[in-house]
Amino acid sequence: MEKRVRFASRWLPWVLVAPQLVIVGIFFFWPAAQALLHSVMEQDVFGGDLHFIGADNFRRLFNDETYLQSFRVTAVFSLLVAGIGLAVSLLLAVMADRVVRGARAYRTLLIWPYAVAPAVAGVLWMFMFASPMGVVAWALQQAGIDWNHRLDSGHALSLVVLAAVWKQISYNFLFFLAGLQAIPRSLIEAATIDGARPWRRFWTIVFPLLSPTTFFLLVINVVYAFFDTFAIIDATTQGGPGKDTAILVYKVYYDGFKALDMGGSAAQSVILMAIVIALTVVQFRYIERKVQY
Amino acid sequence: MVERRPWLDALAHAILILGVLAVAFPVYLTFVASTQSAQEIASSAPLSLLPGRHLAENYRLALLGGETSAGSRFAPGLPMLGVSLVMALTIAIGKIVISLLSAFAIVYFRFPLRQLVFWAIFVTLMLPVEVRIGPTYEVIADLGLLNTYVGLTVPLIASATATFLFRQFFLTVPDELVEAARVDGAGPLRFFWDVLLPMSRTSIAALFVIQFIYGWNQYLWPLLVTTDESMYPIVLGIKRLIAGETYTEWNIVMATAMLAMLPPVVVVLAMQRWFVKGLVDSEK
Repeated sequence: MEKRVRFASRWLPWVLVAPQLVIVGIFFFWPAAQALLHSVMEQDVFGGDLHFIGADNFRRLFNDETYLQSFRVTAVFSLLVAGIGLAVSLLLAVMADRVVRGARAYRTLLIWPYAVAPAVAGVLWMFMFASPMGVVAWALQQAGIDWNHRLDSGHALSLVVLAAVWKQISYNFLFFLAGLQAIPRSLIEAATIDGARPWRRFWTIVFPLLSPTTFFLLVINVVYAFFDTFAIIDATTQGGPGKDTAILVYKVYYDGFKALDMGGSAAQSVILMAIVIALTVVQFRYIERKVQY
Repeated sequence: MVERRPWLDALAHAILILGVLAVAFPVYLTFVASTQSAQEIASSAPLSLLPGRHLAENYRLALLGGETSAGSRFAPGLPMLGVSLVMALTIAIGKIVISLLSAFAIVYFRFPLRQLVFWAIFVTLMLPVEVRIGPTYEVIADLGLLNTYVGLTVPLIASATATFLFRQFFLTVPDELVEAARVDGAGPLRFFWDVLLPMSRTSIAALFVIQFIYGWNQYLWPLLVTTDESMYPIVLGIKRLIAGETYTEWNIVMATAMLAMLPPVVVVLAMQRWFVKGLVDSEK
């Protein structure tokens, strides 16, 4: 994969990478280092000195019930968003792959939600569940469910999960569709000739061949659920009721900017960084190993 | 098609249509709400599914601001749309330009520490801005860049998604082209401008769509670095509209939401082909 032909120049490459390196240095590495630093420091009550306190911030976090709760909420939230999102998109993609005519039109009609901002998605879904005018809220009342996402954490979580999944359907759909279209027709035809019915064909041939795509999307969706959904939560429940929809990144924001607990917030950021790095490493390792031709 | 199963095809269409409708439904409701008056909305349970007749005045209020009959003041949406536009364009164009240069250097030059530089840039892929909000905010504040376009956009240009994509693409460009250029006496910059750039058009287009949307939809970062209402991007403005909660005039909120959705959707639909190709190819 290495290029054999290269240009020789001592100074030009440096000039070319300089802008990116400068920006990355100032706005990425420096803040990351600061986060690491702050996470092992404590600030005086009056905002005075910072002094080193070792792993105390981390210890405090892991003994803090609200932090552990936030962990739990995030885990449940991402599993729901990833699971439901992938399932629904896969269904739509399989159907779209099957349809010969109109596949283009369906694709156009299904990809535009990608453009919707998470914040806006939150507002839209909030509107559908608001009372008294919310259409979905009304339907639920008719069905005898007393919907109140301000008081009931289950309802609040459902609301943000729905909004998050709705927004992600296009992205997943696109990748699944591409993955499906990359499966050689000959394989499917061979199986059909052998008498395998569609359901069987799907599970024994298509789904396994789709596994790199599925895995990739799984990681992407989990990362999405961890971070990009901040706007949805801020627009709808603000982490409530209480702290029941405060996913980890929301807590970092809240603790750092509302509660002004710099050390704790930094420690949380560091933990989040570790999780994301772990996820990315797992993803890359897996992709390297499992590419099927 | 090896076999014909018409009922399965019909089922496929049915599911797809259902999917399209389910996906479009929230936005349809938004549109309907943006055409009704506030009283109509507040008094209906649920919202009527047919559009109302207040489209023009709602959008005028949303765009230009002013006072409604119920007495709430609305900040004009037009400036916020402008902020979003500048943000999105700056991030998209900035990222693309910087990444083209870096990817070009990394792939086509041999220089000391090349591998280190590559990894340094690559590592930024792993950490989205949300993970470094605290300290990045401090850096911006210390540099006096709060409430500025620079503060809004530059930290978001730091990640290397585009560089990685271009690198992957450049690696697939045949060496013969470089040699041919060399034989013709072209230097590296000439090669870049005359050969590489035109070939990268599709990738650039796809990245533009992705980064434009990324920039337009930014929420957490602008939330932190702007305190001046005149620097709010539109997505932030919408959230603020429903924050009051005492009497939300949903019609204006929904009109603003429609306005906020319009440009990115237009960009996606107009550049759909490149976008899909770029999105799917970029993650391999």
